[in-house]
Amino acid sequence: MSISLKNRSLISITDYSPDEICHVLDIAEDFERNPHQNLLNGRVIASLFFEPSTRTRLSFETAIQLLGGNVIGFSSTAGTSVQKGESLRDTITMVASYADLIVMRNPIDGSARFASEVSKVPIINAGDGSNQHPTQCMLDLYSIRKTQGTLENLEITLVGDLKYGRTVHSLVEAMSNFNAKFNLVSPVELKLPRAVKQHIKDAHLEYEQFTELEDVIPHSDIIYMTRVQRERFPDPLEYEKVKNSYVLRNAMLANAKPNCRVLHPLPRVTEIHVDVDANPAAYYFQQAQNGVYARQAIISAILGLK
Amino acid sequence: MEKRKELIVSAIENGTVIDHIPADKVFEVVRILGLEKSDNPIYFGMNLESKKYGTKGLIKITNRYFEADDINKIALAAPIATLIEIKDFEVVKKQTVQIPDEVEHIVKCFNPNCITNKENEVPTKFKVLKDAEGKIRLRCHYCEKFTTKDNMEFL
Repeated sequence: MSISLKNRSLISITDYSPDEICHVLDIAEDFERNPHQNLLNGRVIASLFFEPSTRTRLSFETAIQLLGGNVIGFSSTAGTSVQKGESLRDTITMVASYADLIVMRNPIDGSARFASEVSKVPIINAGDGSNQHPTQCMLDLYSIRKTQGTLENLEITLVGDLKYGRTVHSLVEAMSNFNAKFNLVSPVELKLPRAVKQHIKDAHLEYEQFTELEDVIPHSDIIYMTRVQRERFPDPLEYEKVKNSYVLRNAMLANAKPNCRVLHPLPRVTEIHVDVDANPAAYYFQQAQNGVYARQAIISAILGLK
Repeated sequence: MEKRKELIVSAIENGTVIDHIPADKVFEVVRILGLEKSDNPIYFGMNLESKKYGTKGLIKITNRYFEADDINKIALAAPIATLIEIKDFEVVKKQTVQIPDEVEHIVKCFNPNCITNKENEVPTKFKVLKDAEGKIRLRCHYCEKFTTKDNMEFL
């Protein structure tokens, strides 16, 4: 089987087929065993962060350093030509003449797809507004496969803000390729959008909606927690009513399956109590670490080095 | 009555008649086809009697014929419109519009944070999809959000 992702921008997780995703996960596994591989050998990767992001940027830059590459770019638009009103097309065109690959985070929805259309080098989308964040999805998939031994036939419980959480949407789209069963646990105000549910239906898979988290813990393989943000509720009173229903505490995991793992895209605020951290099911910090391997895999695959 | 109907459809010598436009969508169709910039004589009618639909709109464009791709764009505003080509006062071709698979430059993306609404030079582009009830939805090529028939705004 020869899968090549050379020069294939990664804008949305659905840009890659399930086989191509698994290929990236295999490469990431290799990087986890041996993270220091001087494959870039001094090549230049641009890291353009039009809005601040601690974890994603550091994870990408660590991945590039481990691969022996050099990073150029910015971590906010302060002091750049973007602030002077330069168009995205011009910024990308200029940077594409300096770098072999561009990693971009931008607050505007769809900016990454547009960048990939005007750039002569491939683009990795590190988050475009509320739209896509495919490398987060890749590391989520890596974490799921690593902890469960497979991506197939799993019961995935998604908790919290299922309406606005882009990581949830991408994960549902990706896991719909692997015969997953979805438990959707959210306040009524933050239910999974119809368009995303349609993906599940199109794949002829099952989903159930819940408002109580405890009911679904005993049969979940993965519990994917997200933050329920106060600002999402028009009425603050509504937030106060539901906020504790979506907090995971250690005692609630007493009846969890032995293989069950708790994931979270981080940053966590109050939705996972710190007493969960010592539970063997807690996996969110390793998950963040897996982000480096997943990003090493994506970069080296796109540059045709793996 | 029958004679009058005949007159509405074929009163131009050469050109195209777009019939069965929803009465309130005539100006949208004019805009979609860029007819406001045309030098050809154009006639249009609104709130005309229609046996099938109650009321309808109609546009007659003299000395102009349209490619299928172009005319299919109007299917978004007028899904049941009929396109009639006329030569020497005779109807030479009659067809119903068909909804295209993709549309560019016609509809504004409903998402205010979409790149097409933030950077002037990025034209809109959508995949045309139908939901389970047969309603048209446009999926933005860039931001991947849906624009539905109810919030469709033509450029």
